[in-house]
Amino acid sequence: MAELLVWPALLAYGEAAVAYAGSLRGTGASARLGIWGVRIGWLAQTALLIAQALDSDGFPWGTWAGALNLFVWLVVGAYLIWGCTPRYRLLGLAVMPLAVALLVAAWAGGGTGVSSRDTAGWLLALHVGLMLAGFAGLTLAAGLAGLYLWQERRLKQRDTSVLRLRVPPLDSLDRLSARTALISLGVLSAGIVVGLGSFDQGDFDVPMAVTLAIWAVYTVGLLLRREKGLRGRRFAVLLLAGFALVAIVLPLTHFAS
Amino acid sequence: MRLTLVGVSHRQAPVELRERVAVDAAGATALARELADGCEAVVLSTCNRTELYLASGGPSDHLDERASGTLLALAGADGAALAPVLYRLGDDSAALHLFRVAAGLDSLVPGEGEILGQVRDAFEGGSTGPLLDRLFRQALHAGRRARVETAIGESPASVPAAAAALAQQVFGDLAGRRILLVGAGKMSELTARNLRSRGAVIEAVANRTEAHGEELAARVESRSVGLDEIPALLATADVVVTSTSAPGFVIDPETASAALRGRRGRPLLFVDLAVPRDVDPALATIDGCFVYDVDDLEAVVEASLAGRRVEAVRAEQLVAVEAERFREWQASLSVVPAIASLRAHAEEIRSGELAKAEGRLGRLPESERKLVESVTSQIVAKILHLPTVRMKEAAAGAEGVVYADVVRHLFGLEEEEQS
Repeated sequence: MAELLVWPALLAYGEAAVAYAGSLRGTGASARLGIWGVRIGWLAQTALLIAQALDSDGFPWGTWAGALNLFVWLVVGAYLIWGCTPRYRLLGLAVMPLAVALLVAAWAGGGTGVSSRDTAGWLLALHVGLMLAGFAGLTLAAGLAGLYLWQERRLKQRDTSVLRLRVPPLDSLDRLSARTALISLGVLSAGIVVGLGSFDQGDFDVPMAVTLAIWAVYTVGLLLRREKGLRGRRFAVLLLAGFALVAIVLPLTHFAS
Repeated sequence: MRLTLVGVSHRQAPVELRERVAVDAAGATALARELADGCEAVVLSTCNRTELYLASGGPSDHLDERASGTLLALAGADGAALAPVLYRLGDDSAALHLFRVAAGLDSLVPGEGEILGQVRDAFEGGSTGPLLDRLFRQALHAGRRARVETAIGESPASVPAAAAALAQQVFGDLAGRRILLVGAGKMSELTARNLRSRGAVIEAVANRTEAHGEELAARVESRSVGLDEIPALLATADVVVTSTSAPGFVIDPETASAALRGRRGRPLLFVDLAVPRDVDPALATIDGCFVYDVDDLEAVVEASLAGRRVEAVRAEQLVAVEAERFREWQASLSVVPAIASLRAHAEEIRSGELAKAEGRLGRLPESERKLVESVTSQIVAKILHLPTVRMKEAAAGAEGVVYADVVRHLFGLEEEEQS
């Protein structure tokens, strides 16, 4: 029965996506409906994950579909913490349809069931959890960077609707995306360190190489920001370039290895 | 109860007439007290309108004449010119008008924010009773709803406000942000004031004529500098507002490039209010630079006003709902005396019958006596609940008075009132 929790989560996320789309033409009421959809959906998905964890002998998200389920929960969770306000409704419009699509894919792949018999050890579970959390944060940072570039383009082109369809200020988007990337990088680093605990030399493969490349790109980007004042458009482009690698490494992790 | 509004506004009367009847906050309070002789009175006086709201329970009161006479007396010698432009509204129309005023729908710029505070001040300074108290509270509620549930008040309605709003789109909170004024024009000063009201600091006023620069600098609590200091100031400023009468560009990419290198990627907003333009539009191609000239700002304002007009349609719907709620409440007042009489009649019967049974009840313990009291009160309340609700519902329509008369007749309330 607990696996049925995926439906309220999907419905609420879907409602949030539709409400955010509606808020582009309407007012704060639609955005607030969207926020409630995110909250309710996230709670339903949290209940689903708890049910999965209780019913499992080990780490229940070891399959690609299970990992996708956990990844969606982390992305939406990060959005809830950082950006779930009416002013960030455009970010919600980017995140929530993606969350719905990925959760449907997780459901189709059997990642939302509650009878997993995966017996992965706790170290591996911690490693996967931290890696997914790091990637989820980087996804959100990329969303913020995309929003920055879109808003910057509107301001550069002197779009007359710039004050009617408002998004957070450029400066806030820049700082928030950097902060999100920094925290995500920390979580990702912890995941890599935990993963080293069960690493054998012969295990090194393409996903690991890409993961290290991602880590390097974000580390260099954040160092350049701190030391050389890399910010604004160029920093946003760097975050998106890093995310392109994330979008590659996640499928690689589960399909190529 | 009857509600009357007599007023004059920017829609019919020129400023020469409006200023004759305008009163300040203290004057409005005094005038409301003076008018509230046997009635309720509120005086709303702003730069766009002076309106007198009067309410009274008796139909014989000549509220219209009293309010009109007051306004004509205020106008003095201009009374003859004022009389034809006075508007008089009663009950539902007056309420709807006030709700529209509070929502900013009757303002020069739809949705302007000041009017809601002015309505609140008028209410607080008025001599209100049950009707005007309810009317103004509901008007304030309608005004707030219009602003919260629609975007009617969100967009700027002037070039200086648009410039400040754009700066907020780039920097967010403007507290502590540094503004450089180039030129000492009027628009530049208005924009500077708008930015300062949001927490920004005017770092310097750069002007060709030193005396003019110093005058403006004194007004905006800044310092005056020469135009040759602009390149150095560009390194630290966040917003540059220009309005010189120079024939060519005052700031070009060559001037700015050296300064921009030291900014470590921090954005820089140029607000060019001058014609011919002071800022070379080629600066917009530089990373982190945003350039808005006066045409761009006017286009933004026009788009904002168009947006406000769209939102005004939605605000009108909200206001109509609130006006209808007020109408229903006001209509329910017509059946309140009948309901009160009916309840008093029922309570009289209940307590009378209990008194008759006192001999037998006297032998009961105190707790059981209280139980009997409570049960009989509940029976009466439950029997009267539905008739009360139905009468209030009927009062919202035309048949409210009929219902009240029927109740009075059926229960003999008229005879009781007469006896």
